[in-house]
Amino acid sequence: MEIKALIFKLAEKYGRKRENLIPILQGVVQEERYISDEAMVEIARQLDISAAQVYGTCTFYSFLNTKPKGKYIIRVCETIVCDMRGKKEVISTLEDLLKIKIGETTHNKRFSLLKTECLGWCHKGPVMLVNDEVYTELTPEKIRNIIAKYKENIN
Amino acid sequence: MTDTVKIKIDGIEVKLEKNASILDAAKQLNIKIPTLCHHEDLCVAGNCRVCVVEQEGVHNLVPSCSTPALDGMIIHTMTPKVRKARKDLIALLVSEHNTQCTTCYRSKNCELQDLAAEYNIDNEVYLSVLKPSKVDRSSWSIEKDDSKCIRCQRCVRTCAELQHVNALDVAYRGKDMKISTFMDLHMNEVVCVNCGQCIIHCPTGALTERRYYDNIWDAIGDPKKHVIINTAPSVRVALGETLGFPVGTRVTKKMVTALKKIGFDAVLDTDFAADVTILEEGHELLHRLKRVFVDKEKVSLPMITSCSPGWVKFIEHMYPNYLSHLSTCKSPQQMFGALAKTYYAKKKGIDPKDIVSVAGMPCSAKKYEANRPEMKSSGYNDVDAGLTTREIGHMIKETGVDFLSLEETEFDSLMGESSGAGVIFGATGGVMEAALRTVYEVVTGREVPFKNLNITPVRGLKGVKEATIKIENCVPAFSFLEGVELKIAIAHGLINARIVMDQVEKGTSPYHFIEIMACPGGCIGGGGQPIPTNCEIRQKRIDAIYEEDANMPVRKSHEVKEVQELYRDFLKEPLGQKSHHLLHTKYTKRNRY
Amino acid sequence: MQSKLKRVDFIFSSNEESKKVLLKTFRKTREEILDELITSRLKGRGGAGFSTGMKWKFAKSEVADQKYIICNADEGEPGTFKDRKILDKALFKVLGGMAIAGKVVGANKGFIYLRGEYKFLVPQLKEGISDFHKLLKNELDFDFNIEIFLGSGSYICGEETALIESMEGKRGEPRNKPPFPTQYGYLGKPTVVNNVETLALVMMVCQVEAENFKKLGIHDSTGSKLFSISGDTPKSGIYELEFGMSLIDFVEEFGDGDTKSVQVGGASGFCVPRKKFETTTIGYKEDLDGDSLPTGGSMMLFNSSRSMYNVLHNYLEFFTNESCGQCTPCRIGCQQLLKGIKAIKRGDKSEEYLKQLLELTDTMKLTSKCGLGQSVANSFSSIVENFREEMIY
Ligand SMILES: Cc1cc2nc3c(=O)[nH]c(=O)nc-3n(C[C@H](O)[C@H](O)[C@H](O)COP(=O)(O)O)c2cc1C
Ligand code: SF4
Ligand code: SF4
Ligand code: SF4
Ligand code: SF4
Ligand code: FES
Ligand code: FES
Repeated sequence: MEIKALIFKLAEKYGRKRENLIPILQGVVQEERYISDEAMVEIARQLDISAAQVYGTCTFYSFLNTKPKGKYIIRVCETIVCDMRGKKEVISTLEDLLKIKIGETTHNKRFSLLKTECLGWCHKGPVMLVNDEVYTELTPEKIRNIIAKYKENIN
Repeated sequence: MTDTVKIKIDGIEVKLEKNASILDAAKQLNIKIPTLCHHEDLCVAGNCRVCVVEQEGVHNLVPSCSTPALDGMIIHTMTPKVRKARKDLIALLVSEHNTQCTTCYRSKNCELQDLAAEYNIDNEVYLSVLKPSKVDRSSWSIEKDDSKCIRCQRCVRTCAELQHVNALDVAYRGKDMKISTFMDLHMNEVVCVNCGQCIIHCPTGALTERRYYDNIWDAIGDPKKHVIINTAPSVRVALGETLGFPVGTRVTKKMVTALKKIGFDAVLDTDFAADVTILEEGHELLHRLKRVFVDKEKVSLPMITSCSPGWVKFIEHMYPNYLSHLSTCKSPQQMFGALAKTYYAKKKGIDPKDIVSVAGMPCSAKKYEANRPEMKSSGYNDVDAGLTTREIGHMIKETGVDFLSLEETEFDSLMGESSGAGVIFGATGGVMEAALRTVYEVVTGREVPFKNLNITPVRGLKGVKEATIKIENCVPAFSFLEGVELKIAIAHGLINARIVMDQVEKGTSPYHFIEIMACPGGCIGGGGQPIPTNCEIRQKRIDAIYEEDANMPVRKSHEVKEVQELYRDFLKEPLGQKSHHLLHTKYTKRNRY
Repeated sequence: MQSKLKRVDFIFSSNEESKKVLLKTFRKTREEILDELITSRLKGRGGAGFSTGMKWKFAKSEVADQKYIICNADEGEPGTFKDRKILDKALFKVLGGMAIAGKVVGANKGFIYLRGEYKFLVPQLKEGISDFHKLLKNELDFDFNIEIFLGSGSYICGEETALIESMEGKRGEPRNKPPFPTQYGYLGKPTVVNNVETLALVMMVCQVEAENFKKLGIHDSTGSKLFSISGDTPKSGIYELEFGMSLIDFVEEFGDGDTKSVQVGGASGFCVPRKKFETTTIGYKEDLDGDSLPTGGSMMLFNSSRSMYNVLHNYLEFFTNESCGQCTPCRIGCQQLLKGIKAIKRGDKSEEYLKQLLELTDTMKLTSKCGLGQSVANSFSSIVENFREEMIY
């Protein structure tokens, strides 16, 4: 969908007050994986606030990316319990599989690899999130299967 | 419930209004508590934490700026615990700071420097956590240096609460948190209107005006150049503050002497151009009214003043469809520039290409204005450089003259004479008052019906002021205005401009003529004025402006001899062809985002 | 071996019973419910431990055309995962607690602020809420509407005023307190913010009545508590235990036999070394001998293979990233602590520098604007003081 139309739709759905900003931003991320400058400007216009205010808000939240991201955003928990349970191995496995480093996106724009803080599954660490999906008790084997599944999933 | 509370600070009892803060209480007792993020003009943030004090019965320290005084509180402002914490906080700020006081423009006028010195901060205590950053010098007006920012958010609140531009906001979080424009774009690429209010509300050297005075020194040193300066009305009532005089001192004639000592070939008065502005703008208003009342044409009313370049850029961004409401008159600075390189050059027999025309202004937006592409109607840059009051202060200090004991000198002649009406341009309501003094007389043949020509309803610091003036017994040429109630409004600070502009946008504006100034208090509160600023300071500068006016021999723009000469010898008539070419301008629709 | 810890089975008990409790409770007056709650001495389970009854009382006494109830499900404290499970398995109790709060304080609108990481719960929550709305309407004729507000990845938004700012579409920067949310909350209206578990426990108080609720636990730490147990333990998971247990009993049951320390209350809590297990009680301070530690329920166990330096380093990275950054002591203090311990480890700073850093945590505690900056000192000083050698060598 064209970005302007998407934002118009979201503004109609959630409203045009400042307190509707975050649901709208989330809606854009849901569709586009990130919020482009064009999108931020359009949101600012719809909500009658300044573009700097939209930008300031986006950059506060880890999930409101302002840079392009892949179709599947992988977030690996780097907090203490997962750290103890083998976070390093998870990251190196993912880096090997995807041939990118933490913070990067694959050339084909399918995967982005990010770190995140405690995901609330410490008893089943190490843990990662792929978009909204949680994967617990990760092992290199498990990770290979998960990634293979997403790689197959062409659409 | 009573509306007062009693608290005890450092052993002294104090009575306060409800909702007052501990900081207010301390001020009342003349107890100084250091602050950084607090500013009287802005809402309370409570983020720097240097204002913490000890409250009996509470383990943690409490921030005095944001803690309301409650009945029975017992406060200690200077215990070992408080002192140690404060010192630590300042040391932390310094550890994040690019401490370069020797080369910093705000040195000796910097709140962080003062505190660090008072608390004897040892820079070796903590490791440096300064983030790499580049100084942004993209804008003609504003220089932004994040390495000197203490993240107090005063600029952000200024740009939002006073100006409603919101060009700056806080971005990122945690260790990366910083003050940023949209997408970290350069200042010249965003909606910033260059008003400089963020500069005068910034406690440090993180936001400053772009400085051009070194170029002026060069020009002065060049024997081929004829360097002239014109100084705006509000400079003369504020410059003294940077040079050791109390706030509100008028230093007009000492300033002229000092500028001569610096080496300017002529020291002239922007007020002269302000008087010209009144004639042009006054006639423009009458012309518009005539077209409405007599020719029944559709003409944009209210007409709105255009002397404040911050305001002009604001309307271009925010209300681009209402530019026809702006008076086509250039600001006095630009009128002066255009006349300097035509009329003045001709009369003085100087090749305009050798004239360097400098404007001494209370304003940072004037620097941008001078560089607008349309401002070349003399065939050259009408204005070569705009200096702020602060820069002039620096130049004077560089000369080493003892400003306090300087003798007094009058402005040079030809574009140096002016009226009290020109002077009051510096205060909010001043342009309106000056215009009314002239317009009313043109229309009725009589002076405005106010004691001593002081149109008090348009004066003062209220955000939006209104007045109605009934026009009676007109001279024949203006009989169409007989009985008309002229409705006017005045707004200062762009947040107030929004209020009147929203009426215009809705079509409900009841006014004929509106004066808008970008800065709180008008130019006396401009972004190029000495730091600090607050209501009290602005009021004192305003008082000084009206004092200056009251003491002028000529109080009305149309009675200034040099102005009359200008029209006789050069322009012929207001709104004439020459005026049109030199003194009027066009505006550009801009994007709000 | 006979466990010394008393298991409780309320929160994940049948929801059928809960429905009856709700209907019963709604027949009482607002004042009666409030009295019951205050008598029970139920304290908030979000970490700060404020009396829930008093909080509601303040909100009730405010005069306003609109009030709000917010369920804080931002659960971001490292090592905490109980709220997720409550929402997953015992949603009815949480919604019931919200509705009762609505009735008591006079609010007809509620929100669940759900951390973005738990987005997968949304469909089932929506379903549960919609059923609940029907129940309220049909059987109680009570007008109370609950919505989900999804977070976007920020720990500090769990702090109640940051949470409110975030709901208002702004950066999650905590506000100055006072005014408290019960006076000036969401959109400036009186607002009650309660933790997920607290709201579920309100139902427990209503079910078993205050006197019986108080029989569980000790002194001011009454009732049951959910613990999120992780780290070096064979039994990681969520357990509902009687509040006020002794740490030694806890370690006996949950430790792996080689427990070196327990982090109570997550990264912003305290690290208790082996030598203090015996004298430490998990609960609130009042009238307790020895050390007592309040907690949101995170219990992370470390055995002797773990480097406490790495643990501290991990926490400090967490705080430097998750601080909102607005206030001086927290924004810069966290960076200094992290940089400082690294420098000491490398030998760039002498061991004396630890003293400076400990003093810095005092300043952070005394002057930070919100609980985040104030509580960094907890883990920092408890780790540095008890495991000094590990910091240096
Ligand atoms: C940094 C920080 C993070 C917090 N995170 C949470 C959280 O994730 N969940 C929560 O319920 N309370 C959290 N709190 C506590 C809340 O501010 C608030 O006290 C709590 O929601 C009140 O509910 P309660 O009285 O039911 O505990 C946090 C506090 C701080 C300072
Ligand atoms: S901003 Fe202040 S403290 Fe910083 S270098 Fe400039 S004068 Fe010094
Ligand atoms: S100069 Fe004015 S508009 Fe520009 S950032 Fe500063 S306050 Fe805002
Ligand atoms: S730029 Fe100045 S006013 Fe703005 S946050 Fe930094 S120090 Fe404060
Ligand atoms: S203590 Fe930290 S998280 Fe809290 S307001 Fe200050 S900077 Fe923000
Ligand atoms: S530490 Fe990784 S999920 Fe909690
Ligand atoms: S002046 Fe009070 S916190 Fe900054």
